[in-house]
Amino acid sequence: MLFFIILILSFASGYFLPWWIVAVISFLTALFIGTTAKSSFWQAFIAVLMVWIVLALFKSIPNDHIMATRIAHLFHLPGWGYILAVTGILGGLVGGMSALSGLLLKRAFQKH
Amino acid sequence: MVNFRGIIIQAMKFTKAFISIFFTLLLIWALQTKISLVPPLGKFLSPADGFWQNAESKHILPALNLKLNGLQDKVTIKFDENHIPHIFAQNEHDLYFAQGYMTATDRLWQMDIQTRQAAGRLAEVIGPKVLDIDRYHRRMGMVYGAEKTIKAMMADPVERNMILAYTDGINSYIHQLSPRSYPIEFKLLNYAPEDWKPINCAFLLKLMSETLAGGSNEFAMTNILRKFGPASTNDLFPDYPMHEDPIIPTGTKWDYFKTLPIPKPSANFLAGMADSTNTKPRVEGIGSNNWAVAGSKTASGYPILANDPHLNLTLPSIWYQVQLSAPGMNVYGVSLPGAPCVILGFNNNISWGITNVDADVLDWYQEKFRDTKMEEYWYNNKWNKTTRRVEKIEVLGQKPVYDTVVYTHHGPVVYQNNAQKADGPDFVPVGHSLRWIAHEQSNELMAMYLLNTGKNYDDYRKALTFFSAPASNFVFASKDDIAITPNGKYPLKYKDQGKFILDGTDPADDWHGWVPFGQDPTIKNPARGFVSSANQSSTDPSYPYYINWSFAPYERGKRINDRLAVMTNATVDSMRKLQTDVYSIRAQNILPTMLKYIDPTKLNATQLSAYDQINMWDKNFAPNSIGATVFTNWWSQLYNAVWGDDFADKTLQNNFPSVDRTEKLLLNEPTSKWFDDIRTPAKETAADIVNKAFAAAVKEITDRCGKPGANWQWGKFKRMEIASLSRQPAFGSGNFESGGTASTVNALHDGHGPSWRMVVQMGPKVKGYGIFPGGESGNPGSFFYNDMFKTWNEGKLKELLFMQSVSEQSPRIKSTYTLTGK
Repeated sequence: MLFFIILILSFASGYFLPWWIVAVISFLTALFIGTTAKSSFWQAFIAVLMVWIVLALFKSIPNDHIMATRIAHLFHLPGWGYILAVTGILGGLVGGMSALSGLLLKRAFQKH
Repeated sequence: MVNFRGIIIQAMKFTKAFISIFFTLLLIWALQTKISLVPPLGKFLSPADGFWQNAESKHILPALNLKLNGLQDKVTIKFDENHIPHIFAQNEHDLYFAQGYMTATDRLWQMDIQTRQAAGRLAEVIGPKVLDIDRYHRRMGMVYGAEKTIKAMMADPVERNMILAYTDGINSYIHQLSPRSYPIEFKLLNYAPEDWKPINCAFLLKLMSETLAGGSNEFAMTNILRKFGPASTNDLFPDYPMHEDPIIPTGTKWDYFKTLPIPKPSANFLAGMADSTNTKPRVEGIGSNNWAVAGSKTASGYPILANDPHLNLTLPSIWYQVQLSAPGMNVYGVSLPGAPCVILGFNNNISWGITNVDADVLDWYQEKFRDTKMEEYWYNNKWNKTTRRVEKIEVLGQKPVYDTVVYTHHGPVVYQNNAQKADGPDFVPVGHSLRWIAHEQSNELMAMYLLNTGKNYDDYRKALTFFSAPASNFVFASKDDIAITPNGKYPLKYKDQGKFILDGTDPADDWHGWVPFGQDPTIKNPARGFVSSANQSSTDPSYPYYINWSFAPYERGKRINDRLAVMTNATVDSMRKLQTDVYSIRAQNILPTMLKYIDPTKLNATQLSAYDQINMWDKNFAPNSIGATVFTNWWSQLYNAVWGDDFADKTLQNNFPSVDRTEKLLLNEPTSKWFDDIRTPAKETAADIVNKAFAAAVKEITDRCGKPGANWQWGKFKRMEIASLSRQPAFGSGNFESGGTASTVNALHDGHGPSWRMVVQMGPKVKGYGIFPGGESGNPGSFFYNDMFKTWNEGKLKELLFMQSVSEQSPRIKSTYTLTGK
């Protein structure tokens, strides 16, 4: 559930809102419906990673990866696949960390 | 007790949440911030805001409607297969508006950074490490000159309309941008584009002046004069070379004007010449070729014009191709991103092209200040007040720097003392003021406008009267006439005034007004049936006025003239072949003499192999030629061996005598004292130095390329690439194989070369051909960033799509934009 909500909201917002919106989405989603720390982190991580990779490929495939290849070389990486992976992992990390923060904050307010 | 335990657990949970939130925010902050040279990574890599947004699709929209505030009428833009815009407007305002809009769409960052460079505003976006570059441009008077120029431009109603419309077009593009659609370089450097201002057009023209007429060697020449005395200085640095083939043919009569009185040399100059005792060093390779052939020598019976300006090649490309059409005008050619009009091109009646003259239009004056406050200076036998200009330089992440520049009536004192100069350019003498043509107000855009709309030779002559700097050899062809004019605003000077540093206290060393326009050297329809220029001497020594004492080496000009002289039934393809010609006149002149000194029986196996290669070399700098590699290294070793010892003194700034003077030494004065290496006890002659240089050259090539073989080929030996303006190797062309060298017509050398090759066949139906190394788009993520490079590198031209009306059909048209007002 957490996974799908983050996936859909991040995907839709990717077209008009700044990049850090995925942090807000992951944080709030986990705050409301997160269950465990581990699952919140990983579900958000995978969701944002997938969204960023798919959105990047939407742009990069019709471009024959010209831009991604140049940027990969700019960062001394051998090819466009590497910069795509770095992009995905970075997004995943932001999403995962934010979801974890949301969940931990929820826990802090929970009576047990 | 239970309660107390609960509080601890609760506190721990809050701490954990707090730590997690803290690190998450830290991560987001780090990804949103530019750290040193690394762009903000989150912003830069995210598909929402980052570089992925700059990945242009290969699917081109066949039609697009745009509503733009400020347009008066409908504008139609047709794009061909290279994404070159063919703009059709109903009036001139809309034409230049659309030119500004399209140029900004394709080249916004290039326009921004080049303006910043000229205006000394790089530190504002890059930071303190480029502050010295900014200070240099400010102190050289670039802003001072641009402010004067924009005033003159705005005073003319036609020019004012053109510049304002162009500016509005650029800004209409900028205003519709959001951060995610910024060009990639803005994202890399993490700053936002700012509004375009009319003065930016002036800055770009001043930048051209700096590139082509911003160098000098007066400081070095003055030191040479002090070290070697006038006799040796005049011998080694003569005012006219041994080998020359001037632009205006030798023997041309100057009877079309009455010469003004030539100023008398100053006392200081004469004293320097009887005694017993410039800005940037000039770079070989910043040169260009142009020519026009009369109908009598062409297959069609109508003139053909050719032009290939050589510049420091960059990506995005230096030029932007465009067709501009409105009632009363239909012109095609290349423009400079940031300036309206076509700069080099043709219309249905005329065609024109330019090369650099290299006039002496930059002089240093030694000033005598009353004290270190520099409030007064001695001139014309009295103390005169200096003026001051405060330059405010914004610096990224720091407080602005205020830099005060002292001005005498000559111009700015570029560096007041050594501390201020610090790591500034060697060629700038400390405590001297600068007189420079770029400080003058000028109207170059008016010249361009008149050429764009020109119909005949008279229009061409009228247009040139508006062009001040950088002085250029304007070649011209219509269906009836050909002509060439080394044209610009030339200061009226005594002979060699400005070869050395001038005396700031003496009015006799001031510039004495200007050479009147009608007295510029010019020639129309000469008997030989062609005109040409390749930056060599403008005229033979009989021309009454002083333009400069030295010009670019004559080899390219000589080769062009040799070929054109024997050409009959010339076609566009003959011109293309000549533009890509790599035959070396330099080798033709000196190689036989160099070889004469070599005794093959005394060579080792590697040297013998190199000797055989150069012996059978056809003197062409072809990519697969090994002889070219051997000759280049041999000559360069020889040249440095002859002068390196005598000119070792740092203050001489490696300002060696010219190639031509060295050739004369080798051909006519083999026992000259200059051959002797003063660092050795032995007395060397030409034979010793030539042999030593040969051995050193072979060793140098072997060290780099191993045993003689394919690696010795010129194309593999020579490094050549087109660097990116952002200095990112990933955005450049990378190294590629090519023929040619600085002294061949196809002057590909050290990142310099033909930035645009154009051939225009005149006649009832004008046909243009052209190519440049790069593409229309400045976006490294576009298919049009360097799509023309391959054709250029193969030495081919493309027929230019010169449309006669907006309704003209062509399979080459790939998309159409329709622009209307809001």
